[in-house]
Amino acid sequence: MTETEIRHMIADILGNIVPEADLSTVSDEEDLREALDIDSMDFLNFVVALHLRAGIDIPEIDYPRLRTLKGAIAYVQQAPTKAK
Amino acid sequence: MADFRMPALGADMEAGTLVEWLVKPGDRVKRGDVIAVVETQKGAIEVEVFDEGVVSDIVVPVKTKVPVGTVLARIGGEAAAPAKAAMPPTPVPVAPPRPPAAPPPPAPARLGAKVTPAARRRATELGIDLATLAGTGIDGSVTLADVEAAAIARPPAKAAPLPAEKPRRLGFDPAEMRKAIAAAMARSKREIPHYYLSDTIDLGAALAWLESHNAAQPVPQRMLPAALLLKASALALREMPQLNGTYVDGAFHPGGGIHAGWAISLRGGGLVAPAIRDADQRPLPELMAAMRDLVQRARSGRLRSSELESPTVTVTSLGDRGADAIAAIIYPPQVAIIGFGSIRVRPWVVEGRIEPRSLVTASLAADHRVSDGHLGALLLNAIGRLLQEPAKL
Repeated sequence: MTETEIRHMIADILGNIVPEADLSTVSDEEDLREALDIDSMDFLNFVVALHLRAGIDIPEIDYPRLRTLKGAIAYVQQAPTKAK
Repeated sequence: MADFRMPALGADMEAGTLVEWLVKPGDRVKRGDVIAVVETQKGAIEVEVFDEGVVSDIVVPVKTKVPVGTVLARIGGEAAAPAKAAMPPTPVPVAPPRPPAAPPPPAPARLGAKVTPAARRRATELGIDLATLAGTGIDGSVTLADVEAAAIARPPAKAAPLPAEKPRRLGFDPAEMRKAIAAAMARSKREIPHYYLSDTIDLGAALAWLESHNAAQPVPQRMLPAALLLKASALALREMPQLNGTYVDGAFHPGGGIHAGWAISLRGGGLVAPAIRDADQRPLPELMAAMRDLVQRARSGRLRSSELESPTVTVTSLGDRGADAIAAIIYPPQVAIIGFGSIRVRPWVVEGRIEPRSLVTASLAADHRVSDGHLGALLLNAIGRLLQEPAKL
């Protein structure tokens, strides 16, 4: 996936979890939890969707790396894709 | 013949607006089917039916506001159904030529697999093929949570450069929600003599167990500490049933099961605490799935009437971006609310030595007309004890 594709995928996932969010106001380095007012339950839903959509494994220890748009995009780019 | 009435979704609801009928006269319904959508101060709520039979009469048309208890529709009993089927189709005033048996195309059902009504409806709405879903319900049935998970997970329908238009939370008005909270909380503070207790609980064992559990699970099966806190609370309430129930007309009525209202804050303001029925009897993974489903539906979609009618107690957890502790207000007519602050690493004395430990402050606000502080303390002690043996939760 290209960076643009990953960015769109993440935006789509977040749009399902936080329907009222305006992602255009969120910078790449901002903590998504603060910027979108999401809690651990929303964040878990985000990780689950990312796992299913991108087809990557995400160990719990890596969750902090997904807290910003920049981090999440980089994580998906480098992660080995699994056959689901 | 049974009446389908405007439900009371919380102690302070007086009226609701019927905004959508999902059935028409002649449709067969069974217990638990969502047949109408009602707009309340808590947003749009899917209303379930508790009778089995055939819809014989729609009494209240859409966009009508009626008081709680008003008959919305009539449901004919099983005995009446065959006779009805033999008769010519119920006269519909509008378009007689329209064949009576023309239901909207249902979502394709996987052969042999059970699908909950809400899941089927949502799948139809979202255009998701039920045959592609693996059910995670108790009996392998496809649940609403499965459909929602698939909706979140599925690739966008088109290669749109931006996320599709944002679905608005239906019928949600923050000002109305604020009024509902104001009424309920003012009544609580006026009528209920609260007493408050708190206790610090060492979560070391629980978090260690959770970490190793999660490491062995695929992402969708992982759990959060909140599931353990809720389960421990529900099990402790089983030991102290005087804290689970309602206080109505000067008397305590024990809850018929531990139906824990799980407090969910809404972005943009407001709070709802829909019930997770029989929380004490559910295995942890199922409880976690139910919590995820509720949180997502509360924040983006619709809750169901049964979830708002039935809580026997409320449990609230402030989460990782919260505060140390909460002194909560009881939601009337319930008699107790259990609260958990954020889990934080703090110094703790273990066998005479000071150690860093993950601690949580559990608190209880309870109705002094029904119980005393001693019982409340026993409840908090029981929660703490249960959390020391997480594998047994």
